[in-house]
Order: sequence, then C-alpha cells, then structure tokens
Amino acid sequence: MRIVIAEDSVLLRAGLTRLLADAGDEVVAAVGDAELLLDAVERHGPDLAIVDVRMPPTFTDEGIRAALRLRADHPGTAVLVLSQYVEERYATDLLAGNTSGVGYLLKDRVADVGDFVEACRRVADGGTALDPEVVSQLLARARTTDPLAGLTPREREVLGLMAEGRSNSAIAAAMVVGEGAVEKHVSNLFTKLDLPRDEADHRRVLAVLRWMEAQR
Amino acid sequence: MQPVLALLAPWRSLRVVRRLGYVSLDPFVAMVAFPIIAALAGVTIGMASSIILLPAAVGTAWLASVTARGFGRVERSRAAALLDVAVADPHPPLHGSWWQRLLQRFTTASRWKELLYFGVHLITSSIAFSLVISLWSGSIALLVLPLVRPALPADTARFWLFDITTTPGALGAAAVGAVGVVVAAPWATVAISSLLGRLVRGLLGPGAEVAYEAQVQQLQASRSAAVDAAEAERRRIERDLHDGAQQRLVALAMDLGMAQERFDSDPEGARALVAEAHQEAKAALGELRDLVRGFQPAILGDRGLDAALSPVIARLPLPVHLDVRVDHRPPAAVESAAYFIAVEALTNVAKHAQATRATVTIESAGGRLAIAVTDDGRGGADPQRGTGLAGLQERVQGLGGRFQLVSPAGGPTSLFVELPCAS
Repeated sequence: MRIVIAEDSVLLRAGLTRLLADAGDEVVAAVGDAELLLDAVERHGPDLAIVDVRMPPTFTDEGIRAALRLRADHPGTAVLVLSQYVEERYATDLLAGNTSGVGYLLKDRVADVGDFVEACRRVADGGTALDPEVVSQLLARARTTDPLAGLTPREREVLGLMAEGRSNSAIAAAMVVGEGAVEKHVSNLFTKLDLPRDEADHRRVLAVLRWMEAQR
Repeated sequence: MQPVLALLAPWRSLRVVRRLGYVSLDPFVAMVAFPIIAALAGVTIGMASSIILLPAAVGTAWLASVTARGFGRVERSRAAALLDVAVADPHPPLHGSWWQRLLQRFTTASRWKELLYFGVHLITSSIAFSLVISLWSGSIALLVLPLVRPALPADTARFWLFDITTTPGALGAAAVGAVGVVVAAPWATVAISSLLGRLVRGLLGPGAEVAYEAQVQQLQASRSAAVDAAEAERRRIERDLHDGAQQRLVALAMDLGMAQERFDSDPEGARALVAEAHQEAKAALGELRDLVRGFQPAILGDRGLDAALSPVIARLPLPVHLDVRVDHRPPAAVESAAYFIAVEALTNVAKHAQATRATVTIESAGGRLAIAVTDDGRGGADPQRGTGLAGLQERVQGLGGRFQLVSPAGGPTSLFVELPCAS
C-alpha cells in the first residue's frame, strides 16, 4: 500500500512513517502542511493519505479542508484524518454524501498499532473507520429522542460499532459473540430504526449516520 | 383616535394633577427655605471678615449647611412623590472627629451644589409658578366666559377673533379656553415641571463623578474576581497535571526502565512491563487530551457554539438537549464566555442536581446572547454556597451581563444568562 502522510509534528511524522514501514507499507511522501499534501497526492497518486487536522498556517481545520478537496479531486485516494480531539461536526463534514474510503480517528489510536494498521487497510480498501468518540458524540445528540429508547443495550452496542465502520465479523470479535448473533442484532436494528437495508459496510455507516442526523 | 389620545397623555393616571401640585407648592417652599439659608449665609460672610467673630461664623456656616441639607431632603422627596424623579442622596457620609466632619461639609461638591440650588430656587420656582398658574387661570376664565357674560358691562370687548359680548363670540372664546384646559395647560405644566425636575436632579442629585465612582468600584471588583479566577485556574491545572499525566509518565518510565533491565534474563516479564507501560501511556494521553481541551476547544473559534458543545454533552452522564439558534456569530470573547458558562452549568447539573435530563438553549436576539440551562433535578442551587455558581455569576457580571438562577428546593433548576454582544 502506498501512503502519503501530512503531519506538522516532526516526531509524529517520523513515528508514523516507521510504524507503517514496519507493517509492510510504503510511505511515498511525508509532508508538514496541507499545500504540500495536495502536491504530493497529485504527484504520487497514493492509495491512502493520512492527514492531521491542525496544521500550519492557522492550526484550525486545514486538514479537514484538505481532506475534503482530496475526496473531491482524487477519488482514487482514500483519506484517513487524525486528530488530537475528534469533533462530531468535522466528522459530519467529512462523511457528507459518501462514507467510502474515509476515516476519522483520534491520534491516540496510533498507540494500538494492530488496530491502527487494520483501520488504515480498511479505509484504503474503500471502507470506513470512525472513532468510537465520534460515534458517542453523534449518539449523544440523538439520545434525547425516543427511538433509541426502544433498543436493547446489546443493540446499542452493535449500532455504535456499526457506525465506526466495522464489519459483522469485526463486531462479533469485539463483542465476543458469534457472527450469527450479530447478524440477528443488525437485522433487528434495521427494522426498529427503519433503515434502508444494505450489505456493504460503508453504505451501512452512511445509513446509520443519516439516521443519527435526522434525530437532532 | 390614537393622535387624540396622545394629546391627552398628561391626564393619564392624573399625572398632570401631581405636577400641578408640585409647581404650585414650589415657590412656597422656596419662600421658607431661601430667607433662612440666605440670611445664615449672609451673616456667615459678614462675621467671617472679623477675626473675633470667626468662631461664630463657623457656627452659622454649620447651621446653613444643616438647614440646606434638611430642605434638600424635602425637595428630593417632593420630586420623587410628585414628579416621579427619583434622586439619590448625593452626600458621602461624614466621618472622623467633629472638626474633620465640619471640614468635610465645606469641601464636598454635592453640598455646595445644594446651597446653589436654594440660591436659584426662589427665582426658578416663581417663574414656573407664574407661567403655569396664569395659563391655567386664563384658560379657565375663557371656559366660564359664557356663564359670566350677563354680568359683564355691555361695552364691546374683544378676545382675539371673538367679540365676547355676543353669545357666539363668548362660545368661541370658551372653546379656546377648553382646549387650553384640556390640552395646552396640562402640557405646559408637564414641560415646565420637567425642567424643575432636571434642576433637582442636576443640583440635588449625585453628579456624574459619583456614578463614575460606582462604576470604577464595580470594575475593580470584577477585575480582582477575574484575577482570583485566573489564579485558581492555574492552581487547578498544576494539580491536574501533577496528579494525572505527570504521575502516569513516571510510572511509564519506571516500567520501561525495569523492562530494559529484564530483557535478557526474563523476556516474558519484560513483555508484561512493556504492555503495562503502553497502557500508562494511553491513559496519560487521554488525561492530557481532556485537560487541554478544557482550555479552549479549537472548534469553538472554527465552527461555533453548537459544534463545540456537542462533545461536551456527549461526555455527560445524562441526556442533554442542545439547541443553538444564533444568526450571526457573536464576538469571540462572548462566544467563549457562553461556552464556559454552558460547560460550568452542565458540570454543576451532572455533579449536584441528580437530574435525569437537561436542556441547553442559546439564542441571539437584539444584540444580546441568551443562554438558558434547565434540568429536572432536585433544585436548591444557591450561588452563596459553593464556588462554581458564584464564579459563574462574577464572570457574567464582569462582562456586563445578567445572571438569574431559579432553583426552588425540589427543583427544577433554571439558569438564565444574558450577555451583551457589542464588541
């Protein structure tokens, strides 16, 4: 997998490069701001761009804006946004319309190397990786309304993991249950929340996010 | 209909009657006050030129001051009762020994202004009285003209356009008189008495410097509150860092150090220590993130209150409904204050209210930002107890805003804050 990294902290840039190289991926460029990121993607056409949100010059949301441009101009390059804090609003912007090949994770998640590399692969393959913190923020906006009250605790857990972009087998592994049980929960959820049924994981994420949005 | 009613405005709640009472009484008060005060002042000046009589001059000067003060009280309460002009007592309290107090009497601007008031009062009150009373009596005289006409001499007599010796002429003059009584005289009374009210306010009330003084005191109080708050905040950060991330980093370094020692002799033990260090590092990251985010979330400046408060309510243990209706982004300082007020209020709800749900509404209207935080908890919140609410209140007052807390025992609790948006 060919990867471009945009991260203004030299320490973290070097760390990510080494971590991904160890995992067998090729970091074709590692840059320090959004302009250089767009140039590098233009030149290398990578499978994945890993982008920090706060970068020079204003240190606010450069990374989000760069990621949105990448998604519009380079659909072949998946985008994984990393941030010190995750914000539900940035996630909504990032996922608007299309949840394929996009991820938004806390920087802390890098520390769990295996999970992080797995998320990179998932996003590069056209999947979704949404941080559990973002999902809980989205759910918090929705939980003052009633439909969630009709869910069992198990179903809520499945809903959250589904929104993170996980597949049924990954959800089963995370919850330590069989895949059959997960399928049953998912089916119940789609019925209870009246979601459009879709087998592809990333389109399932979109359905869940749209539903959460509608609950505001 | 509306313009006609507007013409009759002075009659509303019989305002004009009280005003008339004020103007009619005014010269009589002046006729009592002026001679006494003027005589005392004159005698004082006369005696002050002689060294021997100087002590007596001090005595009469004191008497003049006390007298003026007494009449000043009368005038202020008369203005409050009849003109609806509330004028605060402007004199700073006297203090110290008897001669200090005496000295203060003659070094206070407000006391000299009081003397000046009684110096001009006789003239102003007389002018006002003659104008108002002649207008009223003239109007009334015209109004009753048709009734008294038979008693008048039969000679031709004219008033303006009307020959008042004829019945139609007298009725015309009476119509003018009626307009005078119903509209002109009341308006003149209100206008002239308002001028008198201004004189009272200007010479018997606290001057601009007193208002400034109060403002300065309030600013000093809010500034020292802000300094205290910053100091407390710094201590809290220091404590959080010391107790949290710093300790975790120590443990992490210790684990890694021990793992390094054991790599050769005990690879399994080393592996466990590294795993432990990994956990410590992640926990330290989480604590630092929470701490740093609390300062000022970047997204607040970037996307506004709704986006910034969203993660806050996600971390609370109770469901919170957030509703932000703001057309134009308020100035950064106001937005930041609103954010911290909402966060602090919600923290209080989560800590103390035992509520099952809460609502945050933020609205901008008329150059103000209104924040309402309500919960269905047990109530009984009181800014006098506990520092959180008192700090909030100070913060709001420091910004020139309004703070209202409604929290009966048994709940529910509502906090309303209004912040001015002018930058």
